[in-house]
Amino acid sequence: MGNRTVEFELNGEAVRVEVEPRTKLVDCIRHRLMRTGTHVGCEHGVCGACTVILDGESVLSCLMLAVQVEGRSVTTVEGLSPAEGLSPLQASFRKHHGLQCGFCTPGMITAAHALLTREPDADDDRIREAMSGNICRCTGYLSIVEAIREARAAYGGASSMPAGEVAAQ
Amino acid sequence: MKLPDLDYCAPASLEEVVALLSANADAKIISGGQSLMPVLAFRLNAPSVLVDLGRLQGLDRIEIGADHVRLGARVRWIDIERHPALRTAQPLLVAMIDHVAHTQVRNRGTVGGSLAHADPASEMPGFARLVDAVIEVFGESGPRELSAEDFFLGPLETVLEPTDVLTGVRLPAWPAGRRWGFQEVARRRGDFAMAGVAVCFDDGTDGAVHDMRAVAIGAGSTPVRLSGVEAFLEGRVLTAELAEAAGATAGQEVSPMVEDAGEADYRRALVMTLTARTLKQAAGLEQE
Amino acid sequence: MTIVKPVSGPVVGQPIERLEDLRLLRGEGRYVDDIHLEGMLHGAVLRSPMAHGRILSVDATEARAMPGVHAVITAADLPGHDHPDGVPTIPIRLFPNPGMDPFRQPVLAAERVRYVGEPVAFVVADSPELAEDALDLIALDIEPLPAAVTSENRGEGQPALYEGQPSNRVWGYNAKLGDVEAAFNGAPYTRRERFYVHRHTGITMETRGVLSQWDPVAGTMTSWGAAKVPFQNRKMLAQLLGLDLEKVQMIEGDAGGSFGVRGEFFPEDFLVPFCARMLNRPVKWIEDRREHLLAISHARDVHCDIEIACERDGTIRGMRVRADVNIGAYIRTSTTITPRNVSMFVPGPYRIPNFASDVAMVVSNKSPTGTYRGPGRFESDFFRERLFDLVAGDLGIDRVEFRRHNLLRSDELPHPLPSTAPDPHDSELDSGDYGHMLDLCLAKFGWDEKKRLSGKRIDGRYHGIAVGCFIEGGAAGPAENVRMVLEDDGKVSVYTGSSAVGQGVKTILTQIAADAMELPMERLQLFHGSTTYVKEGFGSFHSRSTVMAGNAALIAASELRSQILAAASELMQAPVEQLRYEAGTVCSEAGATMELTALAGRGIAYEATFRNSKHTYTNGAHAVHIAVDAETGKIEIVDYVGIEDVGRKINPLTLHGQAVGSIVQGLGGALLEHFVYDGEGQMLSGTLADYLVPLATDFPNIRSQAVELHPSPFHPLGAKGAGEGGTIPVGGMLGNALADALADFGVQPRDLPLSPARVWHMVQQGRASAGRAGEG
Repeated sequence: MGNRTVEFELNGEAVRVEVEPRTKLVDCIRHRLMRTGTHVGCEHGVCGACTVILDGESVLSCLMLAVQVEGRSVTTVEGLSPAEGLSPLQASFRKHHGLQCGFCTPGMITAAHALLTREPDADDDRIREAMSGNICRCTGYLSIVEAIREARAAYGGASSMPAGEVAAQ
Repeated sequence: MKLPDLDYCAPASLEEVVALLSANADAKIISGGQSLMPVLAFRLNAPSVLVDLGRLQGLDRIEIGADHVRLGARVRWIDIERHPALRTAQPLLVAMIDHVAHTQVRNRGTVGGSLAHADPASEMPGFARLVDAVIEVFGESGPRELSAEDFFLGPLETVLEPTDVLTGVRLPAWPAGRRWGFQEVARRRGDFAMAGVAVCFDDGTDGAVHDMRAVAIGAGSTPVRLSGVEAFLEGRVLTAELAEAAGATAGQEVSPMVEDAGEADYRRALVMTLTARTLKQAAGLEQE
Repeated sequence: MTIVKPVSGPVVGQPIERLEDLRLLRGEGRYVDDIHLEGMLHGAVLRSPMAHGRILSVDATEARAMPGVHAVITAADLPGHDHPDGVPTIPIRLFPNPGMDPFRQPVLAAERVRYVGEPVAFVVADSPELAEDALDLIALDIEPLPAAVTSENRGEGQPALYEGQPSNRVWGYNAKLGDVEAAFNGAPYTRRERFYVHRHTGITMETRGVLSQWDPVAGTMTSWGAAKVPFQNRKMLAQLLGLDLEKVQMIEGDAGGSFGVRGEFFPEDFLVPFCARMLNRPVKWIEDRREHLLAISHARDVHCDIEIACERDGTIRGMRVRADVNIGAYIRTSTTITPRNVSMFVPGPYRIPNFASDVAMVVSNKSPTGTYRGPGRFESDFFRERLFDLVAGDLGIDRVEFRRHNLLRSDELPHPLPSTAPDPHDSELDSGDYGHMLDLCLAKFGWDEKKRLSGKRIDGRYHGIAVGCFIEGGAAGPAENVRMVLEDDGKVSVYTGSSAVGQGVKTILTQIAADAMELPMERLQLFHGSTTYVKEGFGSFHSRSTVMAGNAALIAASELRSQILAAASELMQAPVEQLRYEAGTVCSEAGATMELTALAGRGIAYEATFRNSKHTYTNGAHAVHIAVDAETGKIEIVDYVGIEDVGRKINPLTLHGQAVGSIVQGLGGALLEHFVYDGEGQMLSGTLADYLVPLATDFPNIRSQAVELHPSPFHPLGAKGAGEGGTIPVGGMLGNALADALADFGVQPRDLPLSPARVWHMVQQGRASAGRAGEG
């Protein structure tokens, strides 16, 4: 089918791109707009690696067409990264070793950011529930939950309270 | 797992949607896309055109009226979760929708999409059957209404014509004091249920059960109303023993759609267990 | 020989935040699909829809004519298709033998297909979408043959996969220790059991991918997407393409997980570079998730008959093992490891003086298998630990005491492991105090308090506990290389042949090198990921990188320091004996000092090779507390404790991450993950909604602790390979805890996974036999 022009906001910047109607949002972001931070893990909506923030809500960019974001605002992990260094959420992931291979990480960061922006007081159960659409194969999730819990303060939420046994070494 | 070649339109009126569906025999409606997009990614379906409902006005509305609650077809799971009044206006709906998928899918997945997709393990079709919801459709001859009872034909199969748009669903008002229970068993949180049971009834002044309703999901080709259970309990005072007996009845009313006989036995047993448990949950009886 | 002292500096042993993380957290990782080359084309694989069949024709006429399609290759387009040797086949990397050659996988199926997902044709097109469109246009005519799906009883009675072969049992391993016949003769107690560990595997979050570029002028091939063993794959690729080794470069970017499965040589590792050369265009192929579930190395799938002979006091006299490993359709690069390990490692950390095993490799019409975290060890531990609880019950001995009684004592180490044939590779358990580890685990778990819950029904659920001991092999040889270079700015560059697959190798090696050079970590820069960095590299598998590359770094640092002193001696005009190296400064006895920057341009560099034939054995114990809903069959992990002695902790933060992640993978394997096949060899777990990996909500209660009580006596670093130990004991633990919880029903799990449906069925059987017993 003939290409379409799509205009939307990507990480605060107006972008305009020509795509086939069948082009998935994630492929458009990665291979047309060359923002490769967002990853493709399953292409059927179960792993969460492609999570981006669409007008403030986390969505799977493998389950959307690029043409569907016309006029809307999309934020990827690149848009959540400061000019240099790490955001408090990212720094907390590093501190707690909330990543190993790093492939699920951009989806974790976008999903956790969307969660804490709306629910800065999310407790461990809520964090686990809200993050249950993001698969990590490396960490066993313990350190991810710790990282998100400690990052709550940066979103105006409860200050970090160690729950249970923290990283017994 | 790239999509097959297709065209895309996002019309602004229902009439245009229907016209597009009429003009393209293999067109497909996309609402939230959370079920359709995987189907396309696996190339199990290759529509020539996707008709997006995203630009239609008003389909995302939740209306709470005196005798019903109306959910527009594009109301998302997250809208139900966040709605301040639904939790009291339709408590069982909210409880069931809590089990649907994960955050990102809940941010896109819609009521209309779920009903039209008609997965027999889904919560929304089960709830629609339980409360005898009215499904609103706009087709070539304009708007019409369908009863949930007649709506589901089989797995991923409904009475909808290829040119029909599901526009909303009307849920009868939830009587004050109505008791309910819902439980499902899934392998992991957010997975489709291997089986689930929802029940509700009104307390009579006689302490007995009235307007007894029960539905099982994941245990047949469509959501299954457990009419045997309903008849068995109607007008009786619910006890733990009766709940167990009702569970046994439920087992005879379902035929799980799985090839493996052992798996089918297991799912039938789940329906029995969950029927007894949800009845006790509804009646406030101790779970043994 | 260089004398290398163990490092003891400020950073080794510290929970240093990873160097890798800055890029990865910002979305600046460079995974293979993130690379875009000018003029790049895209590949897609046509895979067999049938488990077993004879290929009658592959007609690609229409696909080739499709606009945007650059090539479609089938077996008929490959070199060798018209020779008796046939098309290229995938070499066997580990323990190859000419006797295995008939069972090697052709890079494209030529005459027969032997599993669903086997590559039959490869399309190259302008975009991934078009390449997939073209797949739909290839007409594949296959005459179906009956499928062999099980390996039980050596695969007897199953359809034959290979013409002219007497059976589907194609290879096998035996191991022996002592005299097992004598041990069973006259034994006062014996018990025989039959167990099964189901098929599941690693499932990396990044699917595989290959991007290849041919330089026609230089005649060189560059391939991105390498992981785990790039040097070995480079040799294979060079050989299959008929190129000299130095004409092939493998580049490892970031890799989204390995767990043993990613990074082996798969058909696409040939097909992509082959097409890149043929078309003289860069070609990229990214595996999709549906392909991944069929195409990645599968694992486990082992039936085992196991028999034990004991004294009445529980002393083990001997053990016999007869196992059938369902290796899938072909013998691939690392297929031999699971059967070898099953043949050797069933005894684990226990004193089993007489042992014999007979392990068969049986082909079937399922995906080929390879190594996955704890290969053969997860299975072995399930067989052994399940058997032990049954035996302890029979003998009326407490299950903890039974284990303690039979664990090897410190003074019995080193202790030889059963020797395997063919290809013996003698190994011995190195060091440790296994009994002490058991005690530590029991104490941390709170065994004595939790024992009271055993078999109890509380709030409708049955509670059960279990404990068991394990060993984890690490540090496979033969060698690893590290090259260190003193740069002009006084920094030290460290190049390694080890691979980074998410385990933090960059941080860990930088820590080791920093302490060895007495420099802050900022003064070191670590490079890995290209086959051009060091002369030879061996990769990341068998929990080896920390030990192997770490020790190579120690040797390189020691030599670099000698070179620094020698060069400084010249410049400072002082004899070497009067100079000492101190934290990046050369100091003379006379009080003069010289910074490393003063040695610019003097070519100070050294490539060290650490050779090792001795494995390390991290060891420890796990304990678990579960609650089971007997009506739904659902198991909840109430508490899980893993304790391990790793000899020496380099980075406690990354070590803890490895341990917890490893345990959760084990739990996935024991409870959720399962490649289900039907009788026709169709795989029914073809999506991530069907192949169930753990989610954040599944296992919140995991505790793990590492200790460093018994360093490896075999190398200066003292560290033992770790990262697989978390997975190894989990199946046995869960099986035993379930038997404990459901003792009222007489439930004794013999097969994994412990899915809700299986648990429910076991409860029903228990109820039925209890009912019969009651009637009688």
